[in-house]
Amino acid sequence: MFVISVISFAIQDGLGDPLRQMVGQSVSDAEREQLREDLGLNDPVIVQYARFAANAVQGDLANSYFYGEPTLDVIMDHLPATLELVIAASLMIVCLSIPIGVYAAIRPRAWLSKFFMGVSTVGISIPVFLTAIVLIQLFSIGVTVDWFPADTGWGTWLNDLLSTDGGMPSYGRGQDLTHLFGTWDSNFFSWDGLLHLMLPAVSLASIMLPLFIRLIRAEMMEVLQSDYIRYAQAKGISPWRINFLHALKNTMLPVITVGGVQIGIMVAYTILTETVFQWPGVGLMFLEAITRSDIPLIVAYLMVVGLIFVITNTVVDLVYGLVNPTVKLTGKKA
Amino acid sequence: MALLEVNNLDVRFAVRGGDLKALRKISFSLDKGERLGLVGESGAGKSVAAFSILNLIARPGYIAGGEILFEGKNLAAMSDRELRRIRGNRIAMIFQDPMMTLNPVLTIGTQMIEALKAHRRIGTRAARQIALDRLKQVQIPSPDKRLDQYPHELSGGMRQRVIIAIALLLDPEIIIADEPTTALDVTIQAEIMALLLELCEQHNVALMLITHDLGVVSQVTQNMLVMYAGRIIEQGPTKEIINDAQHPYTQGLINALPQMGEPGRRLYQIPGAMPSLNRIPTGCPFHPRCQFATDLCKQEMPEYVTSGNVDVACHEVRKLIEEEQQQREMTS
Amino acid sequence: MTTATANASRWSRFRESFLWYSFKRDKVAIVSFVVFVLIAAAAFLAPLLAPHDPYDLATINIMNSELPPVWMDGSDPSFPLGTDAQGRDLLSTILYGTRVSLLIGFGAVILQSALGILFGLLAGYLGGRVDSILMRIADVQLSFSTLMVAIIVGAVFKASFGNLMFGEIAIYLLILIIGIAEWPQIARTVRASVLAEKKKEYVDAAKVMGYRTNRIMFRHILPNTLSPIFVIGTVQIANAIISEAALSFLGLGMPETQPSLGSLIKSGFDYIQSGSWWITLIPGLVLVVLVLVINLLGDWLRDVMNPRLYKG
Repeated sequence: MFVISVISFAIQDGLGDPLRQMVGQSVSDAEREQLREDLGLNDPVIVQYARFAANAVQGDLANSYFYGEPTLDVIMDHLPATLELVIAASLMIVCLSIPIGVYAAIRPRAWLSKFFMGVSTVGISIPVFLTAIVLIQLFSIGVTVDWFPADTGWGTWLNDLLSTDGGMPSYGRGQDLTHLFGTWDSNFFSWDGLLHLMLPAVSLASIMLPLFIRLIRAEMMEVLQSDYIRYAQAKGISPWRINFLHALKNTMLPVITVGGVQIGIMVAYTILTETVFQWPGVGLMFLEAITRSDIPLIVAYLMVVGLIFVITNTVVDLVYGLVNPTVKLTGKKA
Repeated sequence: MALLEVNNLDVRFAVRGGDLKALRKISFSLDKGERLGLVGESGAGKSVAAFSILNLIARPGYIAGGEILFEGKNLAAMSDRELRRIRGNRIAMIFQDPMMTLNPVLTIGTQMIEALKAHRRIGTRAARQIALDRLKQVQIPSPDKRLDQYPHELSGGMRQRVIIAIALLLDPEIIIADEPTTALDVTIQAEIMALLLELCEQHNVALMLITHDLGVVSQVTQNMLVMYAGRIIEQGPTKEIINDAQHPYTQGLINALPQMGEPGRRLYQIPGAMPSLNRIPTGCPFHPRCQFATDLCKQEMPEYVTSGNVDVACHEVRKLIEEEQQQREMTS
Repeated sequence: MTTATANASRWSRFRESFLWYSFKRDKVAIVSFVVFVLIAAAAFLAPLLAPHDPYDLATINIMNSELPPVWMDGSDPSFPLGTDAQGRDLLSTILYGTRVSLLIGFGAVILQSALGILFGLLAGYLGGRVDSILMRIADVQLSFSTLMVAIIVGAVFKASFGNLMFGEIAIYLLILIIGIAEWPQIARTVRASVLAEKKKEYVDAAKVMGYRTNRIMFRHILPNTLSPIFVIGTVQIANAIISEAALSFLGLGMPETQPSLGSLIKSGFDYIQSGSWWITLIPGLVLVVLVLVINLLGDWLRDVMNPRLYKG
């Protein structure tokens, strides 16, 4: 955390003069200087950092230049939207990657497995914003296909099959939000909310999904080669129990470690998804803060994201310790 | 009828550029309560033979021909579902390395109870009681506690005891033990082996013991098979083979044993090494290492000949026997 | 020996090598390579091939904006793939844009390889405090994800240079940004193989012979760590191209006057709601194909060079 705070602070120096953004051209030099003094921008770097760190420890990350309110409040306003996006995408990843990865490992020769592996190779090569754009084109705007002769039955059928209606919302979170607590308004509890969540979450999930499928498949194939799997077969245990208890539990150990880190990284990718879908989360807020040179907000964002990484890593370690009996929670190997 | 009868079993590995023949026309039988030893150097196909009996050979291996009759039913032709009813239940296996055999993320209890539940309609509590009982039989201290422990909390010897207990769980007819003690400390090898033998006798279980330790085989088995490069080259009663081995390879194995009463003698070594599966020589596979090899050995695979109660696959032995017969005919 | 025979023997050695052998057998690798060469050639010959010059403002007519590709109604045959919102010929823009993307991709990988090799060698060979400091930085950077780091660095640069200035030297800045953001990937690989190589006898032998540390690091150890660098480097080109596109898409990359594939996609995205899908999706397709073939080549290289998968 300390490293992050130093880095965040260092960025302040680089990011140019916030006053230009704040006050425009019409203000006189004297007034400008006065404002600088008020904001403490003329103090030496060390003093500025000390003040910054002292405040940060108390949870005070200064006021946003643009919003004019404490940065943490601004972030708290935007954070739930991002978290919901990440949660929804993670759910999709978990629900899809495990069955597909396991299937591809159990039946590596089946054409369906080859199809999945091929798709995931292609998937890795598609940038997330492009996935998002294609999704918008297909499901929000809609595509009309008229390549096939419309006067024949099969032509019409194929045209209809390949055309999409569109109409899926692709902008913002919608109106129908359920208030949970604090600043948390949820998309999960209404049809309209879920519809708005759909496209952004799918495109966010699409970055990590191929990665997870490949990872699970590779790990599972290795586990299936092991002695204890063959021993379980020799005991006459049903294949279902072998695959989903004996093998999957061992497969998930490395997947949990890698997966936790990846979910942290997904927060970074929300910047892209939120931009495309105008999703009012912290990613979009961060990008706007950059264009507005809203330094305190940028710094606070980095601090919060750093905190999220630390939290996810801790949670991952805890979960790993729970699942893997050979690791004591103190971190020592037994 | 023998309990288990293997006839002309062929096992191959499908690899790029053709099949590798891992087992070639293996035939043997095992009676109720019998103890059969299977010896050979590493790479001779002992483990493949063990696994193929339960049709458990890993891809790309497959059974290419022959039959495995267990109580008259052919295991090689059975569906997976039927096979599962036999695996662990009627025929149990003990693997080589107890460190790798138990699933590291499941408790000992889970791994014992699931085996019982897979074959019997039984409640968890009753299954646990049987598991506890078996752990007592293999002389594991505080068995109640062990059931809730994970494999890594037990020593290697303990784990192999657990595995023996699992093998005995369902009162099988046959236990196939694939080098059950090689991965253990030398000091506890004898202990585990003695335990295994005692329990097999107690429960009247037939034991197929796979090992490269001729000493153990000579002490505990009634019959034995000697394998070389995927073939059985000599089989019969253990005593006869140990006392009067016919095949030059078996002779070499026996001569390589350290002998009591002859301290200080240099140990004999069979020259050369076992060929790998993709370059098995033509004719008798042993001929490049055999001091008696003739041109015939290089060209033709020897058939089995019977000498006393022992079957041997060797041209030279056949010649000797035929000569003896001629002499006997001439004298009579 | 003359150079001609030297070249010939080198060529025949290559023809007999395992690399060439496995290349000939792998259809995917051949197709990927051919596609990659075609795209790269088309991109670098863009000034010769392109029907229009997208940088030449004089030839651009705003009246021609948002024309669809030739197979659709209302198109103009002189713009085979249609035009973008400013009336530039899309085909020409894509050719030029691909050139920019490739330049940045390769440039960034060269830079990050240089950084990664240097730091990886230092960390792996010297160990101790150097190692822990360098790897700690790498860990922090990686846990933030390279994309985030690139965005932050990009934002800093953009703010300190100002928009205009940034636009003029954007190519070099993007190479720098992506190079800085991605070096830990290479440094880690290098460090891992250096640690493995360091234990081998030839390093001891070189030490005994009294060679200096620099010489041992660069002349003895480095050549033995090249093949994993090669594999990672290939995949990193794809990653760099994606990163560049992402940055441009966020408005932190190439300006629209000198577009890369990413900024083309971005500029097209603003018009997708009005039905002009081609401005964004055609460059998108080119980007995906380019990245895909590089990734496939990387996969193939990894399979060939990974001794664990070598047999069988």
